[in-house]
Amino acid sequence: MIVNVAGVSRRFGDALALDGVTFSLRENTIYGLLGRNGAGKTTLMQLLTGQQIPTAGTVEVLGQPPLENDAVLTQVCFIRENLRYPDWFKVKHALRAGAALFPHWDEAFAQSLVDDFALPRDRPVRKLSRGMLSAVGVILGLASRAPLTLFDEPYLGLDAVARQRFYDHLLADYAEHPRTVVLSTHLIDEVADLIEHVLVLDGGRLIVDEAADALRGQVVTVTGPAPAVSSVANGRVELHRMSLGSVVRATVRGVVDDRARAEAERLGAKVEPLSLQQLVVSLVGAGAADAKESSR
Amino acid sequence: MNRRTEVARFGSVRWAVVDDGRPIFAQIAEQIENSIIDGSLAEDAQVPSTNELAAFHRINPATAAKGINELVDEGILYKKRGIGMFVTPGARAKLLQRRREQFADRYLRPLLAEAHKLGLTSAELKDMIETSQENR
Repeated sequence: MIVNVAGVSRRFGDALALDGVTFSLRENTIYGLLGRNGAGKTTLMQLLTGQQIPTAGTVEVLGQPPLENDAVLTQVCFIRENLRYPDWFKVKHALRAGAALFPHWDEAFAQSLVDDFALPRDRPVRKLSRGMLSAVGVILGLASRAPLTLFDEPYLGLDAVARQRFYDHLLADYAEHPRTVVLSTHLIDEVADLIEHVLVLDGGRLIVDEAADALRGQVVTVTGPAPAVSSVANGRVELHRMSLGSVVRATVRGVVDDRARAEAERLGAKVEPLSLQQLVVSLVGAGAADAKESSR
Repeated sequence: MNRRTEVARFGSVRWAVVDDGRPIFAQIAEQIENSIIDGSLAEDAQVPSTNELAAFHRINPATAAKGINELVDEGILYKKRGIGMFVTPGARAKLLQRRREQFADRYLRPLLAEAHKLGLTSAELKDMIETSQENR
């Protein structure tokens, strides 16, 4: 395990940003860290990189606490949504800083990425467009080859073509140089197939910690006449239900095996899987409802 | 330096990943099976590597590896250490046998359900199948 987080909470005044979070990250795995704004994703990544101190619990990266620990922090690369650079920095200076900071830095790879994203090397960073600024972050994150690389919504201002380029480079380079990557993103469907393991935060609590493959098909929508829908919904957790005339659509948690699916279809209902994005939306909604229930 | 893995050479193979809610590794395995069945991957031919599959389908290499390993476990593919994965002789016959066994469940059952809904008789259905076959 490259990361062990045990019983971690982080309080900011009255607000509990993280609430008793426990999980581990394996070596050489791509994780998706998903959840709504304010769910605690950035706080969690700050804790992993020693930029925050937990109010309770322990954080270990490479077996040690990350706080002011160079042995750990040189092995970790954290690309934030709003990376700040010194005012006089040009693109080439940002790359030089990356080369100096990260022991696994690949200069040839960095230069090829600069060409691929068409970045002007001599332009001051403060004069870059929003998309170019994000590209600098993406290049630093990829070329760092850090054993633990964290991307916190790195795509702001990047168009669809540039984002696809980022994903393709990430996959190709990860295949040759496996490492642990954590992708925090709202564009869930874009990265759904890259992610091997899914973590979902909701209101500071970790509500999903599961292999992406296992998650697929765990939530389905069933659409059809009410009795057919009930044949699937009964005995499973129903997250959502809508009706239009005599047609009902229910969102249901729990694996529907071939037999249950065949029975539903015989009764005239259609069983469809949710995309990862829809799945997260449905679970996060349910999580919020549960939280309300338990606080009463 | 071009870091993109070249995969275009697996030309005739149908590679679109269909999103039907089954695990992606199972879909990868099924596509390789399809290529073996339709002959575009011959016996003893080398199959795409995990990284090539991952880059082409834009999926996690671990997922691609799981699909490949499933076929190795079933004896459809065999491993040459340090070289790659190859189609086992006799794999095509084995896959054909299995797919034929699954045919009723996967294709006939939904067909009959729809026919029943529309009130088609067995005789009418039989006529339609024969007409369609003549028009192929």
